[in-house]
Amino acid sequence: MRIPLNWLRSYVDPGLSAAEVAERLDMTGTEVERIERLGVGSTDKFVVGRVLKAERHPDADRLSVCQVDDGSGHPRTIVCGAPNVATGQTVAVALPGAVMPDGTPLGEASLRGVSSSGMILAEDELGIGEDHGGIMVLPDDLPAGAPLQEHLPITDEVLELEITPNRPDCLAVYGIARELHAATGTALAEDPTESDAQSTGGDRVEDHAAVEVADPEICLRFTARVFEDVKVGPSPAWLRQRLAAAGQRAISNVVDITNYVMLTCGQPLHAFDLDEVRGRRIVVRRAAPGERMVTLDDVERTFDCDAVLVCDAEGPSGIAGIMGGQISEVSDLTTRVLMEAATWVGPNILRSSKRLGLRTEASARFEKQLHPELAMAGQRLAAKLMIELCGARMVPGTIDAYPALARPRVIDLRVERLEGLLGQAIDAGEITQILRRLGFAVEARAPAVLGVPVPYWRDVDVQREADLIEEVARIHGLERLPITLPSRRRAVGRLTHGQRLRRRLEDSLRDRGAHEIVSWSFISPEALDRLRVGDMPSLRIENPLSEDGSVMRPLLLPGLLDAARHNAAHGAAALALFESAHVYRPGESLEAPEGSPRGRTPADERHHLGALLTEAAPGTWRRERVPADFFAAKALAGAVLGAAGLEHAVEPATLPFLHPGRSASVRLAGGAEAGWVGELHPLVAQAWDLEAAAAFELDADALAGEAAAVTVFEDLTSYPSVLQDIAVVSPAEVSAAQLEAAVRRGGGDLLHSARVFDVYAGEQVGAGNRSLALRLEFRAADRTLTDEEVARSRHAIEAALAEIGGRLRA
Amino acid sequence: MPDTSSRLRELRVEAEAAIAGAGSSAELEGLRVRYLGRKAELTTMLRSIGELPPEQRGPVGKGGNEVKRALESLLERRTSELEASELDEALRTDRIDVTLPGDPPQLLGHLHLITETRREIEDVFLGLGFSVAEGPEIEYDYYNFTALNHPPDHPARMLQDTFYVSDEVLLRTHTSPMQVRAMEEQEPPIYIIVPGRVYRRDSDATHTPMFHQIEGLAMDEDITLGDLQGVLLEFARAIFGAEREIRLRPHYFPFTEPSVEVDVSCFKCGGSGYLGDGSNCNLCKGSGWIEILGSGMVDPNVLGFVEDDGYDPERVQGFAFGMGIERIAMLRHGVPDLRMFFDNDLRFLEQFGS
Repeated sequence: MRIPLNWLRSYVDPGLSAAEVAERLDMTGTEVERIERLGVGSTDKFVVGRVLKAERHPDADRLSVCQVDDGSGHPRTIVCGAPNVATGQTVAVALPGAVMPDGTPLGEASLRGVSSSGMILAEDELGIGEDHGGIMVLPDDLPAGAPLQEHLPITDEVLELEITPNRPDCLAVYGIARELHAATGTALAEDPTESDAQSTGGDRVEDHAAVEVADPEICLRFTARVFEDVKVGPSPAWLRQRLAAAGQRAISNVVDITNYVMLTCGQPLHAFDLDEVRGRRIVVRRAAPGERMVTLDDVERTFDCDAVLVCDAEGPSGIAGIMGGQISEVSDLTTRVLMEAATWVGPNILRSSKRLGLRTEASARFEKQLHPELAMAGQRLAAKLMIELCGARMVPGTIDAYPALARPRVIDLRVERLEGLLGQAIDAGEITQILRRLGFAVEARAPAVLGVPVPYWRDVDVQREADLIEEVARIHGLERLPITLPSRRRAVGRLTHGQRLRRRLEDSLRDRGAHEIVSWSFISPEALDRLRVGDMPSLRIENPLSEDGSVMRPLLLPGLLDAARHNAAHGAAALALFESAHVYRPGESLEAPEGSPRGRTPADERHHLGALLTEAAPGTWRRERVPADFFAAKALAGAVLGAAGLEHAVEPATLPFLHPGRSASVRLAGGAEAGWVGELHPLVAQAWDLEAAAAFELDADALAGEAAAVTVFEDLTSYPSVLQDIAVVSPAEVSAAQLEAAVRRGGGDLLHSARVFDVYAGEQVGAGNRSLALRLEFRAADRTLTDEEVARSRHAIEAALAEIGGRLRA
Repeated sequence: MPDTSSRLRELRVEAEAAIAGAGSSAELEGLRVRYLGRKAELTTMLRSIGELPPEQRGPVGKGGNEVKRALESLLERRTSELEASELDEALRTDRIDVTLPGDPPQLLGHLHLITETRREIEDVFLGLGFSVAEGPEIEYDYYNFTALNHPPDHPARMLQDTFYVSDEVLLRTHTSPMQVRAMEEQEPPIYIIVPGRVYRRDSDATHTPMFHQIEGLAMDEDITLGDLQGVLLEFARAIFGAEREIRLRPHYFPFTEPSVEVDVSCFKCGGSGYLGDGSNCNLCKGSGWIEILGSGMVDPNVLGFVEDDGYDPERVQGFAFGMGIERIAMLRHGVPDLRMFFDNDLRFLEQFGS
């Protein structure tokens, strides 16, 4: 909202600079985004002038050579290019030395051989309007030589405010004046909508027009007045300047009046050319599905049955609260005007404006729910201006369809409650004073309880005691609040087991050289295709910013791949990246239950930890580079699982985005699925312009579910263990895990650990076989093992190996 | 007897001179055999001591052993001297080019600046007695809007442009839905913060469609706006420096009443608005204050949705706040562009979170 300071100061002038006004508004809840300067910087050398003589330039058809009285007694010669300059006009003049709004100083100039000392000004040259059709012609009673700023607002400042949706009253200059009055205590001029205009004539408005509201649920109030003998023409300079400063283009006096009233008090109006209203009848009704009309902006629009239309006897002439239609638009030929001021239902306007994709100054106000009282306030101010500026006659009476009278709300305010919420006592006298300044009447109701009727313009925002407390607090000054800490009834704050574990796991990746990334939660559906899992269940966003971000990712891998590609393109081909974030799968249903879902979640969201490596170890002058492979990724995943204190096993698995022979699923000792690890399928790597990469993704929620929150002590064993190495020859298709399982099965309780430390395949073990070397550690918690015990265990191991086709190598 | 004694002295002088003059450990070994070996004169002399007259046996035995010990000790010292110099000699030829690069150190990675900042903020509030709660990012309209006092078709919904997954399910636009979820789950008192990803349908120089917030909620019988100010002052000082002040400015949020925006005094210009050279501070634009978060007292309408869970607005009250993690990180670390957080460029990642 643009608030021109000159206009604001006409209602309340605390004698503060623009910056000081902004500061007071900021600190009482009206955010000032910026201050803009309009017009000239210095008013020096801008004067009223009178054109004593205007003659055509001897050498230029379009220039006039004027003799201008600037009050000095010596007429000055000014060459003027405006088509409308004429002898006898009173005009605005910039003298040499004046600084124009763009900062250039005006000098003497020679125009086609005639020297010109000064400039006769058009609106836009002063920066106070847009008109460049000709010079401004001022009223004839102004004395030549008078400082221009005494008669024309040639300098102004505009506050650009950000008005929150609860304050439609502040989308109006007088509304801001009320705020400034409350914030400073400076006297406030009478509400310009307070007094009404005088109607004349023996007829009644009902003789000229009729209004029918077909559905009282869609229109809280509809008022109409009729004006005759309207002379449509340009508005006076003061009005044009106010509109321009507020960011509205001047159009004609009638249209300008509707805009001016809206900017003054917040009530949008609509002016009809009454002679174009067919049947002289206004009907307010819901649109028929598929109904069409052409709006003022020359667009044909189609409605659904929720939109409300203002129609005449034959068809739609405007969309209620949003935009009028072309059919009964006021034109230069208009002489009779029907002025509409209505109150619409906010949610309906918001919905319609969203559906039509049409948001206007009017709808932006109506959608926030205006009060029916404001409609008549707007009519009163408009009537005065119609008479004053258009020479109109107001027909006696107002058509007023107002089925349900809105009664003022009265709220009880407990002084004690105010202290309880703010942590600071403010006495009833001061509370009363603050509320009165804001326009609330206050009456003592009971000891320490105030009865507070809410003024109509604050009705939408102030509905409860807490709202009144906010009003008092913001004007009293938040900077005066005490600084305290809660007197705590629960004092321990700590992370949950799962949160601590997640930090630990992230740190373990960080400490092993991986960089954490944060990538978008939404991906392109095409990314899933490139991962060869186009059919993976996933959730789609109905209204994505683009197709590239329209699917909630069901796994972290695509983000890691994107980041790897980005960095590879910037020359960082060797990297280890990880991400710790949610992944999303469809839940049971996307429909919400009636009322509260009571803790349910609409989707299946899990916290994942994923990593991608393109290199296991960098090459150096004495060591070959080790590219990332399955075992590098497995080691990193193992480190993460180890940090969680979790035993796990991997088994071959097939995932479409991984190398089919070099991929595995990860299962926790308890049996829970924890994720996958593997080398990327070459086609996937290629799709992301990577040579090769290995990755894993683990479900951090599953890990947290299995990891012990508290570690239980295990007795330290002080008896020595026996270490033995064995080499086992077995068919190559027997996996190391199967072999290890057989060894453990045979070894029984005495076998503390078994670890593969070498793999050999070749002639010595026969085709189709391989040999694995394992280090066995035997021990008991309560005794030193005898050779005999170890030998028994060894025999059992051999027997178990034989069952899976394995034998000890001689 | 004088013969034997003088012979011992001669032997000692001769042997000491020979040992001192030896040039290699092999030579020393020869000397050891010669003077202390089984067939050496001294050894023979000591072995045949019994053949001497009884009165000579004592002095000769004593003197002989003394010479033996002295020579042994001298040999040992001389041996280690020679070995050390021989080793030095050998090492001198074992040369490497010390200017070649060393092995690459065990690389350390980095946490993302968002994670680093989030953890730091979490730790401040953990210290203030808050716990960390987390919730879903794909959320019901009910928790994201309705129960936060944004009725359907309410203009407040226009404040946040929303991604929808279905009519009733959306990507949460703030971390605030956890306020209601947490109150449904736990009776008062409640002190939580809620970090997490949030989404708004907005993308330009200062907005990304995804960013991170931290929500705070404190509900108890007697929490005041003054308490909110105290808690946030502690936070601001922990994150932005002990000298900081904060100020509350009235604002509007549908789910708090009163609502305030919180500014922290500028840590670049110290709150004066001017830099050392007299120019306007470019961080706070000369105002001395920087907006960091929105907050307020939880609106009674919100409590109306959890009244049956123990949150009667006449008996329970509290505050809520919400801040953007990226904004805090940008301010603290001087990151100029929000989008850098999501480019995942190593040159950015490597600067933070080690």
